Amino acid sequence: MPSPLEEALRTFRRTPLLSGLSVASIGFSLFTIGLFGMVAINFRQALRTVAERVEVVAFVLRGTPTETLLAGSRDIEAFPEVEEVRYVSAEEALTRARGELVEFREAFRDLETNPLPASLEIRLKPEYRNAGSAQAVAERVRGFAFVDDVRYGRDWVERLDRLRNLAGLVGLVIGLAFAAVAMVIIGVTIRIIVLQRATEIAIMRLVGATNRYIRGPFLLEGIIKGAAGGLLAIGMCWLTLIVFQRTSTEVGAGLVFFGAGEALLILVFGIAIGLLGTLLSVGRHLRDV
Amino acid sequence: MIRFANVSKTYPNGVSALRDVSFQVAKGEFVFLTGHSGAGKSSILSLIFAEQKPSSGEVKVSGFPVGQLTSHQVPRLRRKLGIVFQDFRLLPYRTVEENVAFALEVTGARRELIPARVMRVLTRVGLAGKAKVHPRELSGGEQQRVAIARALANDPPIFLADEPTGNLDERASRGIFQLLQEINAGGAVVVMATHNLALVRDTPYRILELKSGEIVYDSARERRGPDPQEPA
Repeated sequence: MPSPLEEALRTFRRTPLLSGLSVASIGFSLFTIGLFGMVAINFRQALRTVAERVEVVAFVLRGTPTETLLAGSRDIEAFPEVEEVRYVSAEEALTRARGELVEFREAFRDLETNPLPASLEIRLKPEYRNAGSAQAVAERVRGFAFVDDVRYGRDWVERLDRLRNLAGLVGLVIGLAFAAVAMVIIGVTIRIIVLQRATEIAIMRLVGATNRYIRGPFLLEGIIKGAAGGLLAIGMCWLTLIVFQRTSTEVGAGLVFFGAGEALLILVFGIAIGLLGTLLSVGRHLRDV
Repeated sequence: MIRFANVSKTYPNGVSALRDVSFQVAKGEFVFLTGHSGAGKSSILSLIFAEQKPSSGEVKVSGFPVGQLTSHQVPRLRRKLGIVFQDFRLLPYRTVEENVAFALEVTGARRELIPARVMRVLTRVGLAGKAKVHPRELSGGEQQRVAIARALANDPPIFLADEPTGNLDERASRGIFQLLQEINAGGAVVVMATHNLALVRDTPYRILELKSGEIVYDSARERRGPDPQEPA
């Protein structure tokens, strides 16, 4: 008796066109999802780079003793949201300003006293790089007696928050829509295959094959097709990235491909829809014949 | 082997296919089901192989109560049956021997025993020399022989034939009928639905004639009178 695997592979040999078409349809459906996922990953990556700049700056009152500043820094560093506190002295601030603000270089050179205050640059942990946390930290830092003023670029941090939420929502909706379309296409493809094999299923049932025996090769076929479609989709995504990187080096250079986890997810998703599509269409057909 | 007791069958579309049908088929019998198209012959066969369930009454086949069978039990009943149809129902992309082996494969026969059993049944139907050809290369009569070989592969005690000669010429029909007689002589019950009266005439076998879903003639009852054990 041929194993279900042999039966499944036999079907591939017997109906190469239909099998190829179903693999291609699964592949293209997953490709759209994968492509979207790749855009989402790169978008998230870009947002993360921007979010790294979310920091709270506390300007220090002139004449604050170093010991007070050091003790204060340690206290702030102990906040759960804070990753790192860096002390920027007035001199360092001036040097930085001279380097960055080239157009005011002359003005800075003629200064008799340094007008810039010393500051503490407070970097937040990645999960706290949002408007709410930045504001909370700023409020607490403002409470220190040596702090003159606190800035955290409130407007753009809030805008970044909104962008992040919107991107997440749009991603979820479009991703679900693509997944639904992929499921329908795959379901239809498998139904065609099942209908094409209706006679075979009917004969199997007539000679006393159990439903499990009949279903076995179909399910394996679904798994193989889903996996093949998943691999095809990963390959196409990779090719798209390569083409993009070659044609648009400026943008393309910064783009990243899936990690192993995401690639595995596409593969598993392919197998799952192959399996589910088969289960639904074969199950329905087994009741029909 | 087969027992119908007050069986009625009404399809979901309201068509009444069988009305209060009762009969029994004993071991070793050869029974013809005759009647016009739509008389209920195929409905009786489909109840025997549990493709349908009775709307009322009881159908028992080889000890299996068809009305109460679960989907898991149906394959067990079918392994005791050999079934052939007018349209042969062969798989076109498989060779003759593969078509026959298929019936053994799906019922879980041991792999090493399959080739010998296939050759044995092909020899029995006279097609041992055509084991490697595809069904499309065979005549209608030969294709029906392959279908019979497939049905015989599991040595079923009951053999059902639904218009097996319907697509065949006179000579091929005679050949198929002779084959069914041999199967019956081997001890199996044969139930054959046909409207080929030329075939039925002058045979010693039992005839059940159906009309509008009712049995209007039973040659066995004619010969021995009403069976007192048979439900009224």
